[in-house]
Amino acid sequence: MKAKIFASIAVAITGAVLLYAVTDFPNFGDPRSPANAGVEGGSPSASLYYIENTYRDTKVPNLVTAILADYRGYDTLFETVVIFTAGMAIFAILRVLRNENAPSAPSPDPEASNRTIDGDHHRIIVGITCRIAVPLVQIFALYVVAHGHHSPGGGFQGGVMLGASFILIALSGSLRDALARFSEASYIRLASIGILIYAGVAFLPLVFGRNFVDYGALKGLLGTDGEEMARSHGIFGVELGVAFTVMSIMFAIFANLSTRGRLKGGL
Amino acid sequence: MSDHLPVLVLLAPLFGAITLGLFGMKDHRVCLPVVLSALVVSLCCAIGIVLKVHSGGTLDYFVAGWKEPFGIGILLRADAINSPILVVIATVALLAAVFTVRHAGERDSEKTPHFYILFLLLCVGLFGITITGDAFNVFVLIEVTALTSYGLIAIGSSKRCKVAAFHYLVMGTVGASFYLIGVGYLYLKLGSLNMQDIHTILASNETLADSRAIRTAFVFILVGIWTKMAFFPLHGWLPNAYSYSPSGSAAILAPLVTKVSVYVMVRMMVSVFGLDRLEANVEWGHFVVWLAVIAIVAGSTMALAQREIKKMLCCLIIAEVGYMVGGAWLGDPQRWGLTGTVYHILADALMTSCLFLAAGAFAKWHGAIKLEDLSGIFCKMPLASAGFVVGGLAIIGVPPTCGFYSKFYLIRGAIEAGQWVYVAALLASSLVNAVLFFRIFEIAYFGKNPVESHGHGDDHGHGHDSEPVVRREPPLQALVPVLVAAALVILLGLFNGPVVEFIRTGLIETAAVVSTGR
Amino acid sequence: METFFKEAVVPHFNFWIYVIIMMIGLWSVIAKNNLIKKLIGLSIFQTAILLLYVSLGVKEGATIPIIDHHAAELSLAGDAAAINPDAIANPVPHVLMLTAIVVGVATLGVALALCQVIYKDFGTLEEDEVLQKIKALHDDV
Repeated sequence: MKAKIFASIAVAITGAVLLYAVTDFPNFGDPRSPANAGVEGGSPSASLYYIENTYRDTKVPNLVTAILADYRGYDTLFETVVIFTAGMAIFAILRVLRNENAPSAPSPDPEASNRTIDGDHHRIIVGITCRIAVPLVQIFALYVVAHGHHSPGGGFQGGVMLGASFILIALSGSLRDALARFSEASYIRLASIGILIYAGVAFLPLVFGRNFVDYGALKGLLGTDGEEMARSHGIFGVELGVAFTVMSIMFAIFANLSTRGRLKGGL
Repeated sequence: MSDHLPVLVLLAPLFGAITLGLFGMKDHRVCLPVVLSALVVSLCCAIGIVLKVHSGGTLDYFVAGWKEPFGIGILLRADAINSPILVVIATVALLAAVFTVRHAGERDSEKTPHFYILFLLLCVGLFGITITGDAFNVFVLIEVTALTSYGLIAIGSSKRCKVAAFHYLVMGTVGASFYLIGVGYLYLKLGSLNMQDIHTILASNETLADSRAIRTAFVFILVGIWTKMAFFPLHGWLPNAYSYSPSGSAAILAPLVTKVSVYVMVRMMVSVFGLDRLEANVEWGHFVVWLAVIAIVAGSTMALAQREIKKMLCCLIIAEVGYMVGGAWLGDPQRWGLTGTVYHILADALMTSCLFLAAGAFAKWHGAIKLEDLSGIFCKMPLASAGFVVGGLAIIGVPPTCGFYSKFYLIRGAIEAGQWVYVAALLASSLVNAVLFFRIFEIAYFGKNPVESHGHGDDHGHGHDSEPVVRREPPLQALVPVLVAAALVILLGLFNGPVVEFIRTGLIETAAVVSTGR
Repeated sequence: METFFKEAVVPHFNFWIYVIIMMIGLWSVIAKNNLIKKLIGLSIFQTAILLLYVSLGVKEGATIPIIDHHAAELSLAGDAAAINPDAIANPVPHVLMLTAIVVGVATLGVALALCQVIYKDFGTLEEDEVLQKIKALHDDV
């Protein structure tokens, strides 16, 4: 009860302060609001700059992708690092390693962990359907990754879909099936490779004497016409890295959470 | 390559972490050399940044090369305030890394590579927060730091550390979200995320700067950061999180994470909202100084009540955070308070590092958790204890150590600002610290040795003569960091003049440059 | 009352809603006893912030921040009027919130992992019971 009274007071104060500020806001949907068009006395609005010049700078029509991976690519690098960190932290917290095979909590049905798609006729319809669905999901995911330049999509969205395809295998058959295709060693390695791709593509311009994340410097290396196309390709490389990391870590989170860190049995 | 120092300082640990992810899982022997070399590279870069700032003033780095128009890319900015902090972060991280040799993750040595990956990513986050000039980027890096901290705390084998990590996670996430709300309000009113851009607009437009949304933004940013730094009423997560985490994790988390949050607050005050603006609203400053006084008193009182070494040190951190917040808000015209705060960030990082390293060594090789367990430790581990004593004296504020000078500057600022309550709180807290540490020294020096005292009754000190004392120092990899940290505590104190001068001129310059606009 | 409604609430409707959602989330973070319920509150809280950011980038009648190829080529050729900034939503909040979503997912994953470990160790997810059991613990730190 005490906690509830305290919570009510704290929440009421927070809400009151926020509502006190709300009346001061620009109107909802106003295209001339400071966020959308900048204010006098500051630099010209970054938002307007992006809308007007992104295509010229990067040849990427999808502004979100271009800002995400180029103008604010430094942020996104750390966003990927956050995902990677989450995977490592969950491993550190949850993973039960072989030296402490807990006798306290055995899997309720030892047979369950050994079932495969082929062995269990109860699941045959689900299994076959998912077998057909998984490649389609993966192809669509790759499309989402690659087509992020022109339509909503990109590394995070595509990576989550790729991860979901492996989770689908685990759900329809057993985790063992999924792990046979995507083992623990390989998903940790692939997650690192994803960040390596991102950080590496971002680092390469330093070799050419340009700043971090300045993909325009890769013009000569990629053999493109101008710096814009080099930026476009750089963005693609970065998105690919993001997709690898997100895919691996999403699956890792699922595998660890669904088996309490044993990677055996599971749902 | 020297133009790229601001980004190299955090790329070194990032690439180190990637290397561990690729090669460290199979062969754990890869881990330590990679960690140490990455941190040495960072340290060199940080020193290089300090030298460059010293000779050439503020160092700007436009990530992705987007210079014009200002604010479309992300700006990294190294100046006199943050460059010394970078060096201290690298140093403390290096000491903690050496300390973790061979007992990372304690029992579960299979998790060694994960421990080191989290460790390096924590360094990436801390460096990033310190060097960035973009308000949103701070949020992303705060989250990198936070997630690594949760992992590092919960990697231990104790049951308590999991619960502590969970509480830390909830409070930390709420704090970071408050910060995010604040940044959102700034963006909503000003249309910019670049710190300098925000400041230029606020300095040129009085009515906008006094508007309700901007005030709310400032309040939310402050409350968010205060949660992150465990400022008194929001400190709940800290004592358990740091005292139940493995020694290797505590040795890097406790000295650095709260200090970097204090730095974020200073940065927000100096180069986002502007000192002029804060001085125009004096009552805010008085209010925060009062809060700080309460934090100091509460931290010291809680420290007196603790029976465990690490818990006591954690409570001292809460009091120290009170010093720094109060010092930053003194608002004296000569900026002694703010200078003292930045200097105290450096000093406190080293002192806390020294104490936590020593406490970790006592816990690991002497099994000392409670204060009573320390009895006879001076005879058993004289060198490690010497390090602990230096750290303790620094926290109390005894002259040759840096703790004395930081308190000196803080008090000087407080006197000039006429904040006598703060002076009184600072002195009272020093007295409490003296009581605390001399109690420990007494137990450690005169206390009966638990092994030989069985059945000896009350004969203090008798044990020294009657039975040969087994001198068993902790192994070299634990002893060296403690002694180096202790030496640095004294060195930073001896060379306080140039350091403070560097910080203060830079601080006044930064504040002045920013308020007049670019 | 009506004028207040018209002047303060209607033009800022999304912001009022965001504050209310945020309060619901924050309340359950603080008041709820069950750790999972706390996490649900935390997620609601974070989602409310997404609503704040996305709302502030909205322009009345504007479309998604993807530039039409034809218009883009025209503007490259020098036709400054080819892209109308008022007809394209502000992309920056979307970028920022993509980051915040990812951070939220990562935090939630770690939090769930901690909950599982806590449940394994203490056999309960009620906070008061966990704290009671911790008090009774005498394990080495």
